[in-house]
Amino acid sequence: MSASIKPKHQRLVLVIIALVALIGAGLLAAYALRKQASYFYVPSDIVASPPPADRAVRLGGMVEKGSLRTDPDGITIHFVVGDGKKTVPVKFTGITPDLFVEGSGVVAEGHLVNGTFVADNLLAKHDENYVPREMQDMTKAQADKVVADTK
Amino acid sequence: MIAEIGLAVLWMAAALAVLQLVSGVLGLRPNTADVGSLVRPLAVVQGAMVAIAFLCLVYLFATTDLSVKLVADNSHSAKPMIFKIAGTWGNHEGSMLLWVTIMGLAGGFVALIERRLREDTLIATLAGQAFVSIGFYAFLLFASNPFARLSPPAPEGAGLNPLLQDIGLAFHPPTLYVGYVGLSIAFSFAVGALVTRDVGPAFARAMRPWVLGAWIFLTLGITAGSYWAYYTLGWGGWWFWDPVENASLMPWLAATALLHSCSVLASRNALRAWTVMLGVIAFSMSMVGTFLVRSGILTSVHAFAVDPERGTFILALLAIYIGGALALFGLRASTVTEGARFSFVSREAALVFNNVMLTGTLGIVLVGTLYPLLTEAFGTKVSVGPPYFNPVASVFVLPMLVVLMVGPLLRWRSDRLGRITLQMAIPAIVSALTLLGMALFAPPIHLLPLLGITIAPGLAIASILPLAGRNLRRTPVATWGMVFAHFGLAVALFGMACDSAYSTEKLAAINTGDTVEVGPWKVKLEAIVPVAGPNWTALEARFDASYKGEAPVRMTPQSRTFTSPPGNRAESALKTRWNGQLYTVLGEEGQDGRWQVRMWWKPFVPMIWLGGVLVALGGLLALLGRTASDVRRHRATAKIAERKADLAR
Repeated sequence: MSASIKPKHQRLVLVIIALVALIGAGLLAAYALRKQASYFYVPSDIVASPPPADRAVRLGGMVEKGSLRTDPDGITIHFVVGDGKKTVPVKFTGITPDLFVEGSGVVAEGHLVNGTFVADNLLAKHDENYVPREMQDMTKAQADKVVADTK
Repeated sequence: MIAEIGLAVLWMAAALAVLQLVSGVLGLRPNTADVGSLVRPLAVVQGAMVAIAFLCLVYLFATTDLSVKLVADNSHSAKPMIFKIAGTWGNHEGSMLLWVTIMGLAGGFVALIERRLREDTLIATLAGQAFVSIGFYAFLLFASNPFARLSPPAPEGAGLNPLLQDIGLAFHPPTLYVGYVGLSIAFSFAVGALVTRDVGPAFARAMRPWVLGAWIFLTLGITAGSYWAYYTLGWGGWWFWDPVENASLMPWLAATALLHSCSVLASRNALRAWTVMLGVIAFSMSMVGTFLVRSGILTSVHAFAVDPERGTFILALLAIYIGGALALFGLRASTVTEGARFSFVSREAALVFNNVMLTGTLGIVLVGTLYPLLTEAFGTKVSVGPPYFNPVASVFVLPMLVVLMVGPLLRWRSDRLGRITLQMAIPAIVSALTLLGMALFAPPIHLLPLLGITIAPGLAIASILPLAGRNLRRTPVATWGMVFAHFGLAVALFGMACDSAYSTEKLAAINTGDTVEVGPWKVKLEAIVPVAGPNWTALEARFDASYKGEAPVRMTPQSRTFTSPPGNRAESALKTRWNGQLYTVLGEEGQDGRWQVRMWWKPFVPMIWLGGVLVALGGLLALLGRTASDVRRHRATAKIAERKADLAR
């Protein structure tokens, strides 16, 4: 903008630049969200329509009683997550949250690979005040139990 | 008795805020202008009253008065004194009382010391401040009374969430709150200046110290919060894009933009409407943050003390303040927009670019944070995390960092790039050499960390360049502030990029006597021993950690068990060297008697927080320098007026 441009016009140019940048940001955000937001599934959903392996998703449900076993390396665990109708096997390598036990609710973050859910992260009840919101209304049948467990 | 005094004083403070608003409004009318002189003293007394109310609550917590519901719910007689006191604001009601207390004190402080603003603008500002406070007083008195009694008194308190019993967390929230509430002053200034149509350099100079102060506290709060999450949650991460983290980042982004546009307005009388707009946006982001954290509408590790009804109350306040301010802006913006011109190549233009990019980043973070709410309204549950935020925010942040290398070298109003070619070449060559070195000697890494590691050294050099050719002793303190802040940004960027590129993690189940290798470290588990603290017991691992064959150092991570309320927490152990940090966590004992351990070697990771502290230090220098020069300016003006008066006599 040379000095010959009136302040009013300069202001207009600035406003246009700012608008273009912000609209660009909005479009970029919308595009990225469609690709990158990770969707929440319960076992019935994931069995009915499995997400592609490259999509990060969250799986929520109850850890089935008697399904938990540890590999010889001592840090890889396998368990089954169910919602009362369907079940999905889960594999996780790492230190489990303090309140992760059989029969309690869990949300796993990760990918579905060949029918097994490979979790990068487990969210269980961190303490009495923190409950993953998704767990509170997973399915009608489980809701009461999960809420009772996690409250 | 103390609880009743606290409540009574809180009511009085609220009443004074109403009086302050009324006398402010009357003081702006020509026929009742005399009333305006009441505003300053009212603001001071209101600040003192609310501070007394807050001290009453601190006293109740310090003495563990279990006949007060809030204390019984959140404290315990067996807690160390420091956490009893910190417990005052480690809960919803207490933190809201802290919020109005800081607001009241800040308003009183403005009333006491502010002499640069036009009197009518100051009255409008303090009235605006009172208007915002009234909403929060109402919230406290009608929806979340911190002094409510419990009958009969509890035999013992419920305790404080173990996760919060940490010295970092004791002081982290008040730091952030001072930042949030400092922005409320900027908001009130913006509203006051819009009301009296007084948006100009004097207004910007008056507002700038408040923005700077708020920004320093926000910077420190975010840095401390990031370090707290890093060492206390045991996940080895320093930023998670958690909604509560975003809630503090968004006001910081807005405040950073405001700080820079404020400088343009103060020294060049341009970007008037934009600066006022940012003043409104910055505080709006504080409110949005509070709403997100306190309403329980989003899932977060940090969102303790949540309650949907209170969320609705905060949402209503949000709508009134932001809606009101934006409406006022819409009505008045056209009267304040004329400003000085500048060319495409100038300091102003670089700062406009910085502002647009910061606002873009803010938009990206806001959209990503609110998107899960929006989709949930339509029945789809999603979560948005690093795969979205990292690349998308980088689209805005990286170009901004590149322009940041050039901007401080440019002159105000109009300049030629040709004049600074030589200076620009130095950081460009440093960055190019870094890139070449990385390509030749370092293992391949992802694009974003690569760009970060490439840009950081160039930015570090470029941020020092404004000092070149100056007499360093005579360089204004504010310029040193800018240099420190920009250099700190480069330092933090380098730490972030190195951590995401070169961190190594090791997870294993081991017996005592076993050794784990992580990066250049060999870590041997010597023993597991039980230990006890004031209100917890723990199992402690004794590791001997040796860096590349050096003499081993002892590391003692713990797995702590708290009894009231019951809970477990892993206490990590950190060993810092000049070139990075070793991070160890003790997990559980497996059925076969082996212990789970988790370790990270994180090259240069402490630079993230060192950089944050440098940025805040830069802000402090700028604040001191500006204040000193404002005082000098004020004295000079007074002297000139004196001379004139002498001559006239």
